[in-house]
Amino acid sequence: MKSELLIKALVASAAAACVFGVHSAKAAEPLTIVSWGGAYSDSQRKAYYEPYMKQTGVKITEEEYDAELGKLKAMKEAGNVTWDVIDVDSAHALSGCDEGLFEKLDYSKIADTSKFLPGTALDCAVGTIAYSTIFAFNADVYKDNQPSVLEDLFDTKKYPGKRALLKKPFGNLEWALLADGVPAGDVYKLLATPEGVDRAFKKLDTIKSDIVWWEAGAQPPELLANGQVVMTSAFNGRIGNAIKEGKNFKIVWDRQEFDWDYWAIPADSKHVEGAYDFIKFASDPKNMSQQSKYIAYAPTRVEAIAMVDPKIAPTLPTYPENMKTAVTTDLQFWADNNEDLTKRFNAWLAQ
Amino acid sequence: MSLAEAAFIQAVDGVPLKIKLARAERKRKLKAVGLVLPLFLFVVITFLSPLLVMTLKSVENEETFGRLDRTREALASWSGQDLPDEAAFAALAADLKIAGEQRLAGEIAKRINYEFPGAQSKFKTITRKVAAMETGPYRETFLSTDAAWGNPKLWRVIQGASGKYTAYYWLSAVDLRQGASGIEQVPANQAVFLDVYGRTFWIAGLVTGLTLVLGFPVAYLLATQPASRANVLMIFVMLPFWTSLLVRTTAWFVLLRNEGPLNDLAQLLIGSRFDMIFTRFATILAMTHIQLPFTLLPIYSVMKTIPPSHVRAARSLGAGPFLAFWRVYFPQTVPGIAAGCLLTFILSLGYYITPALVGGPRDQMVSNYVSYYMNNIINFGQASALGATLLIITLVLYWAYNRLVGIDKMKLG
Repeated sequence: MKSELLIKALVASAAAACVFGVHSAKAAEPLTIVSWGGAYSDSQRKAYYEPYMKQTGVKITEEEYDAELGKLKAMKEAGNVTWDVIDVDSAHALSGCDEGLFEKLDYSKIADTSKFLPGTALDCAVGTIAYSTIFAFNADVYKDNQPSVLEDLFDTKKYPGKRALLKKPFGNLEWALLADGVPAGDVYKLLATPEGVDRAFKKLDTIKSDIVWWEAGAQPPELLANGQVVMTSAFNGRIGNAIKEGKNFKIVWDRQEFDWDYWAIPADSKHVEGAYDFIKFASDPKNMSQQSKYIAYAPTRVEAIAMVDPKIAPTLPTYPENMKTAVTTDLQFWADNNEDLTKRFNAWLAQ
Repeated sequence: MSLAEAAFIQAVDGVPLKIKLARAERKRKLKAVGLVLPLFLFVVITFLSPLLVMTLKSVENEETFGRLDRTREALASWSGQDLPDEAAFAALAADLKIAGEQRLAGEIAKRINYEFPGAQSKFKTITRKVAAMETGPYRETFLSTDAAWGNPKLWRVIQGASGKYTAYYWLSAVDLRQGASGIEQVPANQAVFLDVYGRTFWIAGLVTGLTLVLGFPVAYLLATQPASRANVLMIFVMLPFWTSLLVRTTAWFVLLRNEGPLNDLAQLLIGSRFDMIFTRFATILAMTHIQLPFTLLPIYSVMKTIPPSHVRAARSLGAGPFLAFWRVYFPQTVPGIAAGCLLTFILSLGYYITPALVGGPRDQMVSNYVSYYMNNIINFGQASALGATLLIITLVLYWAYNRLVGIDKMKLG
């Protein structure tokens, strides 16, 4: 009898330990956060990851990617999703939601949607920064009569030298048409027709032999710094950081392609609650306003914008002076035509 | 003595010898199977079954099959040329309603969009619209929402995608597509893949040739030097072989870039710089360097087995040095050359990281496209069809090689 009792007690305490153990583990579940690497991840680490880890004791593991959501789909199919929070661009924020790769967000766990700038509180993703694709040049090369408008990127006579562009049709076709004199309002109407696409490629043809292609956001400042190119398209924050580090680069804001980046939670993530908690922390206006210190991207919450250091504001894409001729990319157009135009783009590259 | 005779002979314990023999044989076979089984299972589980699963993805309509059943039934008697009737529209509306509730409409839209660019947004809009509709008429709603719903081509694509299997990915992998009247070529500005295959085989062939030309003399040198010197020389071959492929590729990137040491030297000597990085030249150079040991080592190990007395005998019988080499020595190295070249060629076909890092956009090989479809577009079907096509072409080449050269003639040492 006695021994039976002892066993019972042992089992009960073991069970209690189990429950307690699981519970205490839950309090500090580790999170895996996936983002774009380089200067951008650095800024997130300083603004969010480090303070969050300090405050909550949660261990954050970082991973780097280049919008390879295929990996997420493969993980989901295998039933072992190891990503908990992803930083996605707007095109993938929409497509990932449509394809069921992301959780539908419960905004009561983050903040009311009205607190975010219009268009940044999506079904499956919540805005974290405003960034833009600009072009920048090496001011050591062009000392006087510097490039100032988009047309200069396509003008190899006035500004000879190699230029780097993102190896995707996205953004480049728009710029090609804009530089060819198409008014901003007609770009997508034209791109929806075969003639418009032909015209865009024809414009790109004029500088094709001078183009070096980049794929990851960290490449453009490197290409500029090591003299591989004299001009490059880039995400503004990457160039901003290179300038901060003492590089003599200059940004041309004309016809900047304005866009958002978002946080999303993968469907079937093992730490959904932890992910919400982190996103809530990162969406707090005070925390959000910190990121601009480390990279020249603007916050997506109205209150956070007011908290940004006024000295930094002119380097952000949202600064009125920089926004004058800004264009926004039509994501629905790209959802429809990305694969087709990418094929065409690849065929064009191979010519 | 044959086995038939053995049947009549009995062992000491009275069991016929034939049975005894069969027992011993069975035991031996079981042992052999037992030894091979772990590797066999390993290959099946980790290699063959994923390969099969992936290949299935290239012929199946994963995104749409079973989700457009009503539409498929309604379209069963449709001519394929004119506008489908109200029943078909109503069926699609019903399918989309359910798919929309289960968050599957996005996948369906994406699949249709592969074959009918622009369908994605049209599906999205109509899914939202029919979700709010209780009754028809659906045809008018569809047509007033977007004129594309009146296009029989879109309906043909929907019909094609509603079945379990599709030829779309395989056709697309060789630049073909299903047209209104049978299979046709895709327009020239969409034709990418045949060019990519051609490029892949050309690069792999060139690299194989170069490693042979460069590796053969070195292998000969290594095989004929005294052991102490050969061992030191061997280190120079093996050291890079032991370094990771990524490290070596990155090293070439550093060497070849515009501001790199090679260009600095060129600037110093002849006063100008060359475009070396992001070119075919850089791709071939780096790949040749990486593949060199793979071609060299089998040749070397075959050369080690050729007795030096053969050439001496040829010389003493009056052959000149070249003739002795060409008629006596070289033919004996052919099995090594065959093994080394085949190894390098097949490995080169699958190169991914080197062309991606040091090559330009015109140097990207099939693997780069597989990765692109897998990772970025999330079109597993297309990625799988591209990979499988490469596998099939490689197997055909291997078969041809076997017929021409004979695989039994190949020697790794």
